[in-house]
Amino acid sequence: MSDVVCSGFGGQGMLTAGLILARTAMILGKNVTWIPSYGSEMRGGTANCNLKISDFKIGSPFVTDIDILIAMNAQSVDKFMPMLRRGGLLVIDAALCGASFRGDIRIESVDATGIAERSGNPRGANACMLGALAASGALFGRDETRGGMTAFFDSKGKDSAKNVSCFEKGFELARNLQGAPAWT
Amino acid sequence: MKELMKGNEAFAEAAIRAGCRFFAGYPITPQSEVLEYLSRRMPEVGGVFIQSESELAGISMVYGAAAAGFRAMTSSSGPGYSLLQEGISYIASAELPCVVMDVMRYGSGLGDIFTGQSDYWQAVYNGGHGDYRTIVYAPSSVQEMADLTVMAFGKAEERRNPVTILSDASISQMMAPVELPAMACHDPDAPAWALKGKGNGHFKRHTSVMYYMNEYDGYVRAKYEKIEKEDQRWESLETEDAEIVLVAYGISSRICEEAMRSARAQGRRVGLIRPISLYPYPVNAFDGLAPRAFLSVEMSALGQMARDVALACGMRAPVYSMLGGTRLYSCSDVEARIGEILGAAHGAF
Repeated sequence: MSDVVCSGFGGQGMLTAGLILARTAMILGKNVTWIPSYGSEMRGGTANCNLKISDFKIGSPFVTDIDILIAMNAQSVDKFMPMLRRGGLLVIDAALCGASFRGDIRIESVDATGIAERSGNPRGANACMLGALAASGALFGRDETRGGMTAFFDSKGKDSAKNVSCFEKGFELARNLQGAPAWT
Repeated sequence: MKELMKGNEAFAEAAIRAGCRFFAGYPITPQSEVLEYLSRRMPEVGGVFIQSESELAGISMVYGAAAAGFRAMTSSSGPGYSLLQEGISYIASAELPCVVMDVMRYGSGLGDIFTGQSDYWQAVYNGGHGDYRTIVYAPSSVQEMADLTVMAFGKAEERRNPVTILSDASISQMMAPVELPAMACHDPDAPAWALKGKGNGHFKRHTSVMYYMNEYDGYVRAKYEKIEKEDQRWESLETEDAEIVLVAYGISSRICEEAMRSARAQGRRVGLIRPISLYPYPVNAFDGLAPRAFLSVEMSALGQMARDVALACGMRAPVYSMLGGTRLYSCSDVEARIGEILGAAHGAF
């Protein structure tokens, strides 16, 4: 069972990142629910989705204790870091490295925005983040996540090659900023 | 092969596969994906999609399409669902089949667009005028949304009555893998009630006035008594030995099932009744149960379903309420409430 929150500014692709993980889970035969936050958010406000992945029947689709938080802006870290379980994983864009973090969580960092821009695919930052998640080993492996991403874009009739390239770079360039505490 | 779909999309696609070829409605959050989906999908299957000028116009168009023998539907959310009520009353009175979905958001008036279950009274006890009921199904998953939608079209024709799908923002906005039903055909000329122009045939009429019928009172009473007897649907989980039985539908039933499993793991004997049909209310689910307490859990501040639980269990045990509204309760909130009630019940003995 993994309870995941993907969060960032609207347009940073965090809802899509959640959908790609949901599709990956479905392909792997897992039970999965995905639910977006929606509501009276301002333009430029934070968008997030809740994802539950399990071998068992899923009850509430709403996440209360987070296993994995993928955060692309400081507001998302502030809002959701307190809900991370001890020993949980935080995946961040490297631009957020300077913030102060809880000591009892793992942190994986990748320069997602920079990599995506240099690749000529500025909207591929979310794919970089998924690369970092795959590199952490906390949820799905490299091949599994890539497969889910390709299936997702195929279902939309879109070419996924550029995003897969961002995903691969994210996987290669991700670094572990903070390891799991010894007691976890 | 499963598809990953939102509840709203599963409703729309399942309706197409059930042979629905007429949709008229108006967008409103959190239901708008239905229109978005059908505006693309209906033309692919040769059906009619109309974004009507209002909800009232939409339901009136559905009335017309149903009279012509088509499988027809509309959908909305609270404020728009209120506007549909006049038409639903007319369709029920004319004894025509149709499917209406209400995706509940919380509140009266404009309320909020967040999830809620505060349209229970309106959906289950007639938002419109007169002596009618609509059959009400409450899905609790994306899969059940698809399955109940198919069933709703069949049931609407079997009973010659509108069927309501009472969803909520969580079930409708949620995505999950779904096994879609097979494509079915519906011949709009086949139903006995289909109006096609008289030609050389016999005279047929649809009307919502009843001075054409003798013994109307007994007739309409018998119609709904039959539905109440035969059409109850529910799911019971671990109720047999339960000290406390939770009763919840839709999104609340998912939270309650999780709370139930967690409480069971700690040795507490907790069960769950999940009504699937809200009208007819599944009173048979309560037969033979003798827990220390029932706990009705719903996202409404006034406890709209709780009194149906009290009627269904005949007050053989105290009925408690756990209420929500603007605040979404979690699994641990439900567990805490179970602890409070069982503590109090033990104290009372």
